[in-house]
Amino acid sequence: MTTLFTEDHEWLDIDGDVVTVGITDYAQSQLGDVVFVELPKVGRALKKAEAAAVVESVKAASDVYAPITGEVVEINEALAAEPALVNSDAESKAWFFKIKIADKSELDGLMDAEAYKTHTA
Amino acid sequence: MVPFAGYDMPVQYAAGVLKEHLQTRTGAGLFDVSHMGQMTLRAKSGKVEDAALALERLVPQDILALPPGRQRYAQFTSAAGGILDDLMVANFGDHLFLVVNAACKDADEAHLRAYLSDTCVIETLPDRALIALQGPKAAEILAAFCPEAPEMRFMDAGSHQVHGIACFVSRSGYTGEDGYEISVPADRAEALAGALLEAGVGAIGLGARDSLRLEAGLCLYGHDIDTTTTPVEAGLSWSIQKSRRSGGARAGGFLGAEKILAQLDHGAPRKRIGLQPEGRAPVREGALLFTDTTSTNSIGSVTSGGFGPSLGGPLAMGYLPTDHAADGTIVFAELRGQRLPMRVSPMPFVPHSYKR
Repeated sequence: MTTLFTEDHEWLDIDGDVVTVGITDYAQSQLGDVVFVELPKVGRALKKAEAAAVVESVKAASDVYAPITGEVVEINEALAAEPALVNSDAESKAWFFKIKIADKSELDGLMDAEAYKTHTA
Repeated sequence: MVPFAGYDMPVQYAAGVLKEHLQTRTGAGLFDVSHMGQMTLRAKSGKVEDAALALERLVPQDILALPPGRQRYAQFTSAAGGILDDLMVANFGDHLFLVVNAACKDADEAHLRAYLSDTCVIETLPDRALIALQGPKAAEILAAFCPEAPEMRFMDAGSHQVHGIACFVSRSGYTGEDGYEISVPADRAEALAGALLEAGVGAIGLGARDSLRLEAGLCLYGHDIDTTTTPVEAGLSWSIQKSRRSGGARAGGFLGAEKILAQLDHGAPRKRIGLQPEGRAPVREGALLFTDTTSTNSIGSVTSGGFGPSLGGPLAMGYLPTDHAADGTIVFAELRGQRLPMRVSPMPFVPHSYKR
């Protein structure tokens, strides 16, 4: 499994042709206390860079963009009941949604952990 | 840090909005609100009664009956009946002390000078900082620095030594909690704030200040009230004493009196109301309100909204036509292309705990 990062502070775990997407620990620290997460519907076709989810913190609402084109195959229902998971475990339990990748070449140009670390430094 | 009315203000400190909010509700929080405008109003005659009567030309409140050592909530009204600013007025015995909003302070000063310079001297106090200490432990903590503090009642105001510094102290605030606002010479503010923080008070940023006042149902100028809203529409009729209303001893005689008195007598077409989303999604400022999920004409809008940490859910306030404003009425807010049901709810959302 490979983990990649976007400039918009999302992480992508790639497992075959399915990618799990969440927001990074850096992103949650910038957002502050998360109180609500709105996820896309399973089956929705997402285009790369399209607004796919919304994270509401006590401060503001922020969009989460689809990092890649594809169909939503699963969403993390646990976030509806416990949005604070995004603060406590952003890069594991608080995954947002899984997308079936339409075009793997869209993964080119995403950052690895090292590059993302530099990006947020 | 964010820009706010020309000042760099912290949205939150290290603890974060949620913890800061809850610390204020359960312990005590310190707010640096030095950006707010402080000014004094003195009658040229030397009599505070004359300053009170002069100020009554610009506010619908009874200032003449405000006893020495007491403070009152007021609004500067426009000739059209709108609200130019909301403020606190305290009677300091020989003069009045005013605290106004940061974004309005220059306009307020000009307004006071334009109308009252013939009879009054207006002095702004830019060299004074303002610190709010709020929460159920505020009185106990301030007692160590100002022994008289616990004996003050809600809306008492006067000069007191705090930590050996000459301050103006009022028992009031903007959180719904018991607490104090302390006007302190700017060059001593850091020492006072430092001493309070060391005594166990938490530093609270703008984010929690907003969620606290929203839960308390208190208006934010420029959002929930402005020149397009009257005090009656804004649900602030409670702040207009009988003496200034129709049939009162000094009825009218303030800017916008015609419209405001008519609304007091006959009702206003719309009303500021509390709203609780039926779901979990916060509905924020600007969201339009509809009677149902399909109608195309909005009937009102949200003027403040977010998440209430003590309430444990989303909350908002906004304006609705009076015939849609009864508690329990369901209206629909438009959010990201969806219509979400919201229930008109009584305010405050979290009960006030003032020491009356």
